[in-house]
Order: sequence, then C-alpha cells, then structure tokens
Amino acid sequence: MAMENSSKALVYQNTKSKRSKKRRPIINKILFYLLLIGGASIMLIPFLWMVSTSLKPDGATMVLPPEFVPNEPTSQNYEKVTQQFPMMRFLWNSIVVAVLTTIGQMIFSSMAAYAFARMQFRGRDKLFLLYLATMMVPTQVTMIPQFILIKQFGWLDSYPGLIIPTMFAVFGTFLMRQAMLGIPRELEEAAFMDGANHFQVFYRVCLPLIKPMLAALGIFTFMQSWNNFLWPLIVISNQELATLPLGLSLLQGRWATDWGLMMAGVVISVLPILIVYLFAQKYFIQGMTMSGMKE
Amino acid sequence: MVGMTRKKTFFWLCIFLLPNLLGFLTFIGAPIVSSLIISFTDWDLLGEMQFTGFENYIRLAQDPDFWVSFRNTIFFILGYIPLVLIFGLACALLLNKQMKFRAFFRATFFLPVITSWVAVSLVWKWLYNPEYGLINYALSIIGIDGPQWLSDPNTAMIGIILASAWKDIGFVMVLFLGGLQNISPSFYEAASIDGAGKARKLWNITIPLLAPTTFFVTIISLINSFQVFDQVMIMTGGGPGGSTEVMVQNIYNHAFRYFEMGYASAMSWVLFLVIFLFTWIQMKVQDRR
Repeated sequence: MAMENSSKALVYQNTKSKRSKKRRPIINKILFYLLLIGGASIMLIPFLWMVSTSLKPDGATMVLPPEFVPNEPTSQNYEKVTQQFPMMRFLWNSIVVAVLTTIGQMIFSSMAAYAFARMQFRGRDKLFLLYLATMMVPTQVTMIPQFILIKQFGWLDSYPGLIIPTMFAVFGTFLMRQAMLGIPRELEEAAFMDGANHFQVFYRVCLPLIKPMLAALGIFTFMQSWNNFLWPLIVISNQELATLPLGLSLLQGRWATDWGLMMAGVVISVLPILIVYLFAQKYFIQGMTMSGMKE
Repeated sequence: MVGMTRKKTFFWLCIFLLPNLLGFLTFIGAPIVSSLIISFTDWDLLGEMQFTGFENYIRLAQDPDFWVSFRNTIFFILGYIPLVLIFGLACALLLNKQMKFRAFFRATFFLPVITSWVAVSLVWKWLYNPEYGLINYALSIIGIDGPQWLSDPNTAMIGIILASAWKDIGFVMVLFLGGLQNISPSFYEAASIDGAGKARKLWNITIPLLAPTTFFVTIISLINSFQVFDQVMIMTGGGPGGSTEVMVQNIYNHAFRYFEMGYASAMSWVLFLVIFLFTWIQMKVQDRR
C-alpha cells in the first residue's frame, strides 16, 4: 500500500513538473507492456487451448461459442488415450531413445573432440575438414542409404535402428572440439607431468572445464531426439516401437476428429520436454543458438 | 623410447577417435557417397540395381510433380521468411530492454521452439478447424467469415506458413538478441547527443549494425525451410489437391512409398545443391568480413 502511494506520488510529481514531456514515457510504457503481453498471449494461447480441450468431456469440444475453461473438466480423454492406445508405450520408447541417443552422442563426440583438439596425429586437420564438410549435407540425402543399411543390419523396427544412426551427428563433435580448443595447454601439461594418461587428462581436466557446453549439447540432442519424426517414420512400422511424434501421427490416423483425445495425447508428448525445459532453460537456448540449425 | 610413445599415442588415438570415426564413416560418410551413386541408378530395393546415367535427373527436370513441389516450397519460404524475420526482430527489440519478468517473457516466446513439429501441427490443425476452431471463432467475433484453412487449396499453405512462423519466431528472436547484445551502447549515446529519436536510432543504428545477424538468420531459415516436412505431413499430408506438397515430401513418397530409390536419391541431391548454394553464399560473405 505504502509502495503504491509513493509511486502514485511520484507519478503525480512527474506529471506536475514536466507535464507534456513526461506523459509520453508513461503511455509508451503502457504500450510497450501491452505489446509484450499481446505477443506472449499469442505464444501461450495455443498451449492453453490444447490443455483446455484435453480436459473436456465428449461433445464439449464441438460447441460454439467455445468453452475456454471446461465447464466440467474430466480426465476421461487421458484415460481413454492411455488405455485404448499404447500412449504410455510411446512415452517409454521416446524416453529410451532420447536418453540413449543423448548419452551416446555426448560420449562419442567429446572423445573424438579430445582427439581432434588435444592430440597430434597425421591427417588430423584434413579428417576434421571432412567431418565439417558433411555438416552441409541435409538428412534427406543420407536417409535413404541409412535406411538400406539399417535394413541390411536387420535393425528395422528396433531400438538400435532408432538410436545408433542418430548418435553420430557431426555437430556434436564440432561443438565439443570448439569447447576443448579453449583449454590452456599448461593445465594438461601439468597433469601429464604428474603421470596422468590421456584418459585421465580427458576425464579429470578437460571434461570438467567444458561442462556447460557438454550440458548444452546434451539438452539439444535430447530435444532433437524427442521431437524427431522423420527417422522413426522411416524405420518403424511396428506400432509397439513408435516414439511419441510417430505415435501422435498414428493417433491422428485413428481418431482424427476426436479433438479432446488428440489434445490429451499431445499434452502427454509435450509435458516431459516442458519439464526439462523449465529446469534447463539456459541450456536449451544456448544449444539452439550454437546450432543455428533445427529440424 | 620414441617408438614407445608413438605406439602409446596410437593406442590412445584408437580409443578416443575410433568409435566416433567408425560411426561417422558408416552412418554419414558412406551414405553420402552411396546416395550419389544410387541417384544414377534405377533400383526398387528388391531387384537388381541398374545404372541409368543421368536418366533420373532428366526425368526430374520434366516431372510436373517435382516442379509443383518446388513451387510450393518456394511459396512456403516466401511467406515464412519475412514473417519470422520481422516478428523475430520485433520480439528481440521488445525483450532487449531491462524490464520486469524479462526471463518469463523470453521463456514464453521460446516455448514453441522446444515443442515438436508434430505436436504443434496437431494443435494448429485444431485451431484451424473451420467450424469449431479458435481462429475462425475469433474472426467471427470481429465479423469475418473465416476461410476453410487447411481444407481449401487456396489457404492451406498460408495456414502452414502461419503455424510454422509461430513456432520459429522464438528461435529467430534468440539469434537477434545475440546480435543486439553485440551493438556497443556508445552508438546510441552518440545518437542521443545528436538528438536522434527512437525511430531514427532503430533505422540508422540498430538495423544496419544487425545486418550480419539478419543475413545469418536469413540463410539458416532458408536452409531449414527448404527441408520443411513434418508440419506438412501432419497438417495436410500434401493436400488438398497437392497444394501443399513440398520437396522433402516428394522425396519421402518416392523413396518409401513407391520404392524408387534412384529417383528419390536424385531428388535429394537436387535439394542438397539448392541448400549448398545458400551455404556457399554465406561462406563467401563471411570470408569477406
């Protein structure tokens, strides 16, 4: 209350002293916040609408004017989508695939990055240039031979088929190498003097120093894997092995007009990544900015 | 002694590099090379692979479906890029100030970026529902009889463009915010002393100095939007009447529906060439700087 009064007094004083000049900033400020809130609403309304629809009973979705807040909220859509459809199975598949892809990507790319950034060997720079050059090639070029390869390996409709080819994205190696180049020589030299071997230097000296970058890569890879649609679409035909994006498209194929049910499915698919986002927002933004690429 | 350390280095090199190198060669290197080879053949995965020279590429040049998908992709890009650039920059300018709840607003604008295309597409499909969708309801309030959106060939691609822009504005915003942070405040101070207003500062300082970022964002968006696929697949499946069929979808159909591996590979190389052109332009411009 006291705060409010004092700020009122301040406003009053301002208006009094320089009436015409000081009124504009206030109007500007109001306009500014209106714009911001307007923008944020446009971003949020589809999400709120998704949640609201998922909580409506049968029939309440097809009503005009629409109920923004469900009159009789119910969890029946969630029950139906998890009981009559393997939604939980999709969730599990997505978790397995995203977690293993992320772990693999982090280990393999940071280890290769150590070789590229901290070790001397013949042809090193040429090999890395080759890595870099392939970054320009879009996934659409590699997906056909990758599919054939996976088929040869007998990995169609399997976790390895979903996980292993996506673990070797060059972007990870590139990012980790950049991070490792910044480590001062003296640090590892000191460790070698103490009798450490390469693995100990990698694990005890280098990794702790690039932790933030490694986290950004991990989050980025997790998100990419979680949201990937094209690769599961190609590799998986057995419904039991579908990840969430593919599962949602199957859900659409079956209950295209049951919007309450569909939105319940979408909520289930979005919620986990949203929770990760809430805790690791910084790394999401960092990872996306560095990649400059998204699918 | 020297021999020992050499052997040791080789041992460690194998441990660190080999797993990644093998994966890289198997799942990236070899596929790129074989994709190029397959593009010169006729192959349905089951029968013999037959070399046909440039036949696939010739067929491509004469294939009306390919050109339709190319035109649709260009139409998508022409709508999508200005939208994400303008609104991405606008959001970045709004959020570049010190203010209350800045972190909240930034997180909100970024929210669609972390959501999958499939989820976003389904939600927007529902929003676009001609009878009960929120968008046509909102339009009806201000007295506009909303279009059929995704089921009308004239508006389907516009619908996809709007939803895509909505999803990516936060991404572009973050890139612009990075660019804005690189502009030294001294420019603005100097301009203030010269009595420049906000609009002039924006036009004469911010926009010119942001040019490298704008260029980078444009190229990245171009490369990404040539690969547009998920949202089209979910929202329209290329319809109605092929009005939203895009390049990647064409590749997908030929490869995994009709099993024309050679033809699909040739298409993917054409897509690569187009993307490479923009990558090359970007590298040239970067070199000059």
